[in-house]
Amino acid sequence: MSNTNNQAPVILNQPKKIKLDMSDRIIRGFTYVLVTLFSIACIIPFWMVIASSFSSEEAIRRTGFTLWPSDFSLFSYELLFRSPDQMIGAYVVTIGLAVVGTLIGLFVISMTGYALQRKDFPFRNHIMFYIYFTSLFSAGLVPFYLLIKQTLNLADTYWAILLPLLMSPWLIVLMKNFVKAIPHEITESGKIDGAGDFRIFWNLILPSMKPALATIGLFLALAYWNEWYYSSLFLSSKVPYRPLQYHLYNVINKVASLKNSIAGSKVVVEDLPGETLKMATATIATGPIILLYPFVQKYFVAGLTVGSVKG
Amino acid sequence: MAKSKPVVNDQLSYKKPSFWQLLVQNKTLILMCTPAIIFFFVFSYMPMPGAYIAFTNFQYNKGIFNSPFIGLQNFKFLFMSGQLTLLLKNTVLYNIAFILIGNLLQLMFAILLNEVASKWFKKTTQSMMFLPYFISDVLVSLLVYNLLNYDYGFISNLVRNMGSEMAKVYQMPNAWPIIIVLVNLWKGTGYGTVVYFAAITGMDTSMMEAAQIDGANGFQRIRYITLPTLKPTVVILFLFAVGGILKGNFGLFYNLVGNNSMLFKTTDIIETYVYRSMMNSFNFAQSSAVGLFQSVVGFFIVIGANAFAKKLDPDYALF
Repeated sequence: MSNTNNQAPVILNQPKKIKLDMSDRIIRGFTYVLVTLFSIACIIPFWMVIASSFSSEEAIRRTGFTLWPSDFSLFSYELLFRSPDQMIGAYVVTIGLAVVGTLIGLFVISMTGYALQRKDFPFRNHIMFYIYFTSLFSAGLVPFYLLIKQTLNLADTYWAILLPLLMSPWLIVLMKNFVKAIPHEITESGKIDGAGDFRIFWNLILPSMKPALATIGLFLALAYWNEWYYSSLFLSSKVPYRPLQYHLYNVINKVASLKNSIAGSKVVVEDLPGETLKMATATIATGPIILLYPFVQKYFVAGLTVGSVKG
Repeated sequence: MAKSKPVVNDQLSYKKPSFWQLLVQNKTLILMCTPAIIFFFVFSYMPMPGAYIAFTNFQYNKGIFNSPFIGLQNFKFLFMSGQLTLLLKNTVLYNIAFILIGNLLQLMFAILLNEVASKWFKKTTQSMMFLPYFISDVLVSLLVYNLLNYDYGFISNLVRNMGSEMAKVYQMPNAWPIIIVLVNLWKGTGYGTVVYFAAITGMDTSMMEAAQIDGANGFQRIRYITLPTLKPTVVILFLFAVGGILKGNFGLFYNLVGNNSMLFKTTDIIETYVYRSMMNSFNFAQSSAVGLFQSVVGFFIVIGANAFAKKLDPDYALF
């Protein structure tokens, strides 16, 4: 701090030391406090759901939701696992959709992204425009709804959820930006060796774009995992098992479905631990994301860095 | 195709390859794009003629194109009843709040994080702030319910413990603009911060070092180095957002408000109205009129925003 401007030569002797003047300290102090507070605010609601799922219903009726399980109880989980087929069914459906959708989506998106960034592909701009235009203009929800329901007749099938989520213009642009970073010489060398375009893509390009596949695959998987929208549009009560988040949506919003999900477990409806049951369902439905999050987060960050700013 | 072959070999009269020749030459690449082309054809282009439904008195059993044509009557009704104006007002005002406050917060957090030396602190807080982005809107609604529910909510209890009476938030339309903006900030700030932070870390660090050696303090470095380097990113993201000013976040609004009609005056946006009038009141024609209005006007706003960006700097243009 005592090293002021008139002692410039001294600074030259210790070039590594960075001065911290008043304003730096203010900024740093401010940052630590503000960022820490906001980060905690981002986590606490999750904690609260988990904590209340381990509380007894009675304690919640007495003291409301708290930060610590009041009157620790596993009753809501016990109930869920007493007739678990709704939950297991939802898990199987969701995992199935996520795996199949992510694999097909990844294959198509990466293939398209590779072709569209090839500078020697004369139709690349036309096709890109054809794809991009759909993000600028759409017919709206009603014609789309009628298409799925009347024309394609996909209502009450899992296709109505699997298909619409397969790809988006944004993901294709993102993939294109990723592939651009792979040197064109790889394609050239493949051509010289006489490989066809698909073979070049499959054997040479795909193996060198694992980070891109990880990022976009995670975006796809997350969309399938969090899907409730198409389910709410197209899956009626005729469909026995719904995707997890839509199952959760029903548990939250419909007492009826709540009654169904524990019918046969010999609990009088009035005694139903409604609040804790909601929280337990939410915990089970979201648990995998929270558990996997620390490991996959960096791929999302990589994706945002490459593709979110410009297409 | 065989007929045109000799032309290519004749160097003197070299002609650009015809369309068919290009198709044949690039057949593999075209085939590789075909699944995506079919996908967007089916799910995006095939519904487009169906927008005609907005001009009909739609009857489900007759289908779109056999229902009676009634011209602009659906639009007229929506305008006259004031419904469309209300939806537009809500949608645009929410988006303005999201864009302005959201970007300000994201920028602030990104810049502040950049001033911190501890790598551990940066990584941990970024991870924590990013987490809400990964959560479905269904869960978000439950989290809000946990806090604000009149009987058991965490905040309700805090208020009661301090001796005051808690308001019945789920019956107060005026509280919801604030709640929805806060929830949206909670969900999106981490995402935006990561984007801006990536833009900052991507910048040339030598300028920063030079400024430090020259004795620039923290405020000066932010003002004269960080902010100017971020300008293109900010402008592009801002224009992106303005282009989408008529698009609402359906999942967030619908899960928070649902069918609670007491709150519609302040919370109903285009998407929620379209969804409800189709799924609950089966009013397909009016629902699609609102949707079509949104698509057409939104389209021109995007084009306008892009033209404006191009004028500012060709590099800013989105397409």
